[in-house]
Amino acid sequence: MEKQKRPVFLNLWQIRFPITAIMSIMHRLSGVVLFLAIPLFIYALQQSLQSEAGFQAAIHYADSVIIKVGLLIFAWSLLHHLLAGVRYLLLDVDFGIERTQARFSAWSVIILTLILLLIFAGLFL
Amino acid sequence: MVGHYFDFDLITHFRRAILMSGVLSGLNAWVLQRASAVYLLLFALIMPGYILYLDIDSFNVWHAFIASPIISISWILFFVSLFAHAWVGIRDVVIDYVHSFRIRLFILSMIAVYLIAMMIWVVRILFIPTGVIA
Repeated sequence: MEKQKRPVFLNLWQIRFPITAIMSIMHRLSGVVLFLAIPLFIYALQQSLQSEAGFQAAIHYADSVIIKVGLLIFAWSLLHHLLAGVRYLLLDVDFGIERTQARFSAWSVIILTLILLLIFAGLFL
Repeated sequence: MVGHYFDFDLITHFRRAILMSGVLSGLNAWVLQRASAVYLLLFALIMPGYILYLDIDSFNVWHAFIASPIISISWILFFVSLFAHAWVGIRDVVIDYVHSFRIRLFILSMIAVYLIAMMIWVVRILFIPTGVIA
């Protein structure tokens, strides 16, 4: 490929991102977190299915503060990725594609994620 | 760019076979990512809700629940969808940030092996309660 000669400005601290761009970054970030959580989730599933003691251990994971924090990060990632994913599926079929609508849905995803996260934390942590 | 594909060597061959065309890239990957997303979405909505509704509080009930045909199959399908979805997503991330083709190929190969190993692990876990694996 020919070397690009045009000026490139990639100072992340000075670029002002629109909310839809932040949405995209958070979708990717939450996806990577979920990818990293896969073996932990499978391990928990394995332990819960191995023995009575394993099952009891698995349902009491959230007793530990470190695991509480981990579950909170996991739950945020899952909720955000899921809701943002629904938003992208709707954008794929041209639903809410207008800028004002896309910005509104982006904020809706962020706020709804936080509300559901609070409910999750209240119920299980 | 196009002319590049005509200089045949092993790496170019890999590039075409694994990254630029083939089953898990391009439009196919796009479709796979959306289709798996829909299954993952339905599973994430229904399965935790159903487990909470059944109020599973003992090992024996949980074990029997997972061992039942429809539940074990829907969990296997969940993991198949999850790994397909994860592959497409992580592949996009790696392609965006890793520009050296050889390093990219190496990382993607490692991730593919990793995901296949995870799938085998899951099959072992889910097929032990069903008695498929002793």
